[in-house]
Amino acid sequence: MQDFTLTQILTNLLIATKWTIALSAIAFVGGGLVGFLLMLMRISPNPVLKGLSLLYIEFFEATPLIMQLFLMFFGISVVFGLNLSTWTAASIALTTYTSAYLADIWRGSVEAVPRGQWEASRALGLGYFKQLRKVILPQAVRLSIPSTVGFAVQVIKGTSLASVIGFIELTRSASSISNVTFQPFLVYSLAAVIYFCLCFPLSLWSRRLEKQFSFGG
Amino acid sequence: MHQPAATTATSPPIQDAAPIIQVQDLEKWYGKFHVLKGCSLSVNRGEVVVIMGPSGSGKSTFIRTFNALETYQKGRIEIDGIHLTPKMKNVDAIRREVGMVFQQFNLFPHLSVVDNVMLAPMDVRGWKKEKAKAIAAELLERVGILDQAQKYPGQLSWGQQQRVAIARALAMQPKIMLFDEPTSALDPEMVREVLDAIRSLAESGMTMVCVTHEVGFAREVADRIVFMADGLIVETATPEEFFTNPKSDRTQQFLAQILH
Repeated sequence: MQDFTLTQILTNLLIATKWTIALSAIAFVGGGLVGFLLMLMRISPNPVLKGLSLLYIEFFEATPLIMQLFLMFFGISVVFGLNLSTWTAASIALTTYTSAYLADIWRGSVEAVPRGQWEASRALGLGYFKQLRKVILPQAVRLSIPSTVGFAVQVIKGTSLASVIGFIELTRSASSISNVTFQPFLVYSLAAVIYFCLCFPLSLWSRRLEKQFSFGG
Repeated sequence: MHQPAATTATSPPIQDAAPIIQVQDLEKWYGKFHVLKGCSLSVNRGEVVVIMGPSGSGKSTFIRTFNALETYQKGRIEIDGIHLTPKMKNVDAIRREVGMVFQQFNLFPHLSVVDNVMLAPMDVRGWKKEKAKAIAAELLERVGILDQAQKYPGQLSWGQQQRVAIARALAMQPKIMLFDEPTSALDPEMVREVLDAIRSLAESGMTMVCVTHEVGFAREVADRIVFMADGLIVETATPEEFFTNPKSDRTQQFLAQILH
């Protein structure tokens, strides 16, 4: 058995990091699109749309992500007889998880826009969707940027759970490498540093945005 | 008056002599609380009506039913010949014709002053940008804010913001203007500039309904004063009669308190 150099370990981890980033991006973009629709349903005056959205959000917020991953990966094959690839299962599970949280964050931001803004735009004769597009959402977006960026950090860390269904990303790769090298402390430390390098700039950015948007808003 | 033949069957012909606002026996509840207990008011074209009364008397709620910011349960509202049903079917047609100025200004903070004024004319009336811009400039000039057109609302004083709000409402070229305590949130030294803008609007012949506590303004500008208390219209009178010879006890009490 050959020895592994630090460079080899690091190279392998960085290759796996690519998939962590890819999965995070899919989860964030997909989750953003679905989350936006859920948010619209959630704030709609229609009780059916509102109820459905609420049920969805509550389900994905109140169950552990790891459970959602298992259900997606094993559950779908048992119930529907479909065999999802780890890629598909992890993408869907992280997208639904992200969409629920983003919908909730964005709903909160829309509700934080003062009622007078709805009233003034209504009094000017703007219809519901024009009110949203021209008056409410531009203000809600500004309010939501810090928490949205902050949640992106949760998503990146959340992708590590996809390792439990065999999706090969940073965490999964680190555990394989440590099994071969017998240097778990070194390998996991390196993985942690990589996660930190991905997440910390985002955290920093979100904190800066928070400060920026705290006055005036 | 020109009436297209197709519409005569559904909408009655509008006569200039007919009141532009007709409200009959309006009643509204917030849950069990009876806010409006049968209020009737008719306002003629070009008339300036000031509504006064103690807080909690339903004044704001009353005028907010005229452009359907508030619903109502009983009675009838007709604005410029259009029946505003409790189900709000004609609400958009009415809101285009009724401008409103709020106590808290409610300018759009993410848009510049001029964009605040241009938004509704472009998005609701469908005007081209040039036309909206020209009208906005004219109105901002009229309220004395043209030199601040590119600033954001947050950069203006409250008095200036309220004048922008007036220009924004006027940009839709409404037939009626509603003012909901337009100076109540202002510092005393800013009240005058806003009242001056409203006064000159009244002089231009705009139909106005204004809820206010400004006695001097009411006396000077109003054609009629409506006094409300506890969800009822207690008294309607000319300013002269209202301030010098109020009929009801409730009005006398109120005036004794505000006139010292």
